[in-house]
Amino acid sequence: MTFLSHLPALLVVVPMAVAPLIAVLPSRSRLGYALATLTAGLTFVIAVLLANQVASQGSMPYEMGSWPVPFGIGLLVTPFSAVMALIISGGSFVALLWGAKSLESEMGREHHALFLSCWLLASSGLLGIVVTADAFNAFVFMEISSLASYVLVAAGPKRQSLTASFKYLVTGSLGATFYLIGVGYLYMMTGTLNFDDLAIRLSEVSETTPVLIASGFIILGLALKAAIFPMHAWLPNAYQFAPTPVTVFLAACSTKVAIYLLIKFDFAVLQPNLHDHAAFFSAVLMPLAVLAFLVGSTLAIFSKDLKRMLAYSSVAQMGYILLASSLVSTAGLTAAIVHVFNHALMKSALFMAVGCLVWRFGSSNLNDLAGTAKKMPLTMAGFVLAGFSLIGVPLTAGFISKVMLIQALLELGTLGIVLLGFVLLSSLMAVVYIWRVVEVTYFGKLSEKHAATTPQEAPLPMILILWALVLANLYFGIDPSLPMGLAEAEVELLFDGLTE
Amino acid sequence: MDTFLGLYNYWIYVGLLVVGLYAVLLKGNYIKRMIGLGIFQAAVFLLFISMDKVDGGTGPIFSIAQDATTIFANPLPQVLILTAIVVSIAVTALGLSLAIRIKEEYGSIEESDTLRADRDE
Repeated sequence: MTFLSHLPALLVVVPMAVAPLIAVLPSRSRLGYALATLTAGLTFVIAVLLANQVASQGSMPYEMGSWPVPFGIGLLVTPFSAVMALIISGGSFVALLWGAKSLESEMGREHHALFLSCWLLASSGLLGIVVTADAFNAFVFMEISSLASYVLVAAGPKRQSLTASFKYLVTGSLGATFYLIGVGYLYMMTGTLNFDDLAIRLSEVSETTPVLIASGFIILGLALKAAIFPMHAWLPNAYQFAPTPVTVFLAACSTKVAIYLLIKFDFAVLQPNLHDHAAFFSAVLMPLAVLAFLVGSTLAIFSKDLKRMLAYSSVAQMGYILLASSLVSTAGLTAAIVHVFNHALMKSALFMAVGCLVWRFGSSNLNDLAGTAKKMPLTMAGFVLAGFSLIGVPLTAGFISKVMLIQALLELGTLGIVLLGFVLLSSLMAVVYIWRVVEVTYFGKLSEKHAATTPQEAPLPMILILWALVLANLYFGIDPSLPMGLAEAEVELLFDGLTE
Repeated sequence: MDTFLGLYNYWIYVGLLVVGLYAVLLKGNYIKRMIGLGIFQAAVFLLFISMDKVDGGTGPIFSIAQDATTIFANPLPQVLILTAIVVSIAVTALGLSLAIRIKEEYGSIEESDTLRADRDE
């Protein structure tokens, strides 16, 4: 076996192995932060190599400990996994590169070592979910990442972060346990946990009650994890009160990993075997998706706090992803996967810009930020460009995914046109809430306290990373071949299974 | 075995699941909600343990095997649930430590009190 063939395992093992090392480093030194960033960078390099490999040679299987697959735990890197691995490891890496100063302002140095250790565990768990080919293994990784994320959220500077984390913990555990119940029923009927093996063996028992119940529990559990409306209540608090680097990281990937598992489980395992399951999947999730983006965008308009506003906007954006996948069509699923990628780019850029404001002015409340664009022109220009991407202005990444979503909707006929109306309405609301920020920060009157502060912009490294992401938004708006190529390859794989 | 009473372990599973869910969703006390979560997860352990039972099967230990006809209980769900128990312990420990921190910050472990305190701020 060559080095390259071990990449799927290394992707998970590298951050997991470094995490305990960081925990025992002297707590006040900067060494821990450097090591964590380095590890995240190395993981990102592994993800890039993997994506490259998958793009050229197709899905990459891996047998853990060389045990043959239905008996041992197998890993399988499909094109969608590669996209997710890029988002997770990339999100973790840029958030750490960006967040050193921000973290220091929000948390005492003595806690950094344990915090960073949890950070690496969270990224390791999230990466594990996207590469594993085993339903129970996915549960274990889900819990590793969730437990670590609860700690990350609870590390926030305000005391509300504790109650936010508790709410997140309860909802997350319920979601994961529902998923586990579903997996249990499937195991009961088939005697296997491997996704591919499940897909084959389910055909013999497809119309039995336990399998139908299992599909319900799995969809419900993952919907809780993915903060799909009306199960999104935990998300705004968690994103608002977590330390800003954590928000950047989690917003880029954590709920999307649950959507990934939902799409993978449903399209690869359940739909090929259950009669009418695709119709059931659309009928349940499509209305929720529409409500998610309408309610999410409305609440975003009325949020005073910028982090909270962007969190509600995330609920809305998850709605688009879900709507696209609930169409159960080639175009829809491709749009969903591309939007998963693009949303990670735009949302982490937006949260970084807000994080720069928080770092400088100590508040993310819009009332405290009047006229601040005059003090921080580069940050706010970045915010506006990333906001364009969120709205879907041409030449940005967001535009590509909006166009793909609209094309997929138009294939549906009348229903598609109605849905298209809702999507456009929600996009208009995005214009409103982004514009509100522009109006207050550009045209508002700078408060005397802020006018008196002499240092202007956020530190150079923060600005550089923010702009790197903003430019990535523009780059993938002009040349979207990377996410689109992988998405099309994945959709081909999934629909192959459906038509068989 | 397929009678109402013969499947009693599954009925207990359903009962525990509902009791746990009730406590998690409707109790305002953080400790009680953790207890509810514990009951909810214990129900799932019972489900997995129930499914590994094979009629007439002995413990899945290789040295007990008399000959090739010996029937074993299925060891895999037992192993799975061992992992799930560990996960559950970690969740409980973290949840309770959050409750302690909440008590330190707010002076109460009632959700209504913490919400009021945040509103008054």
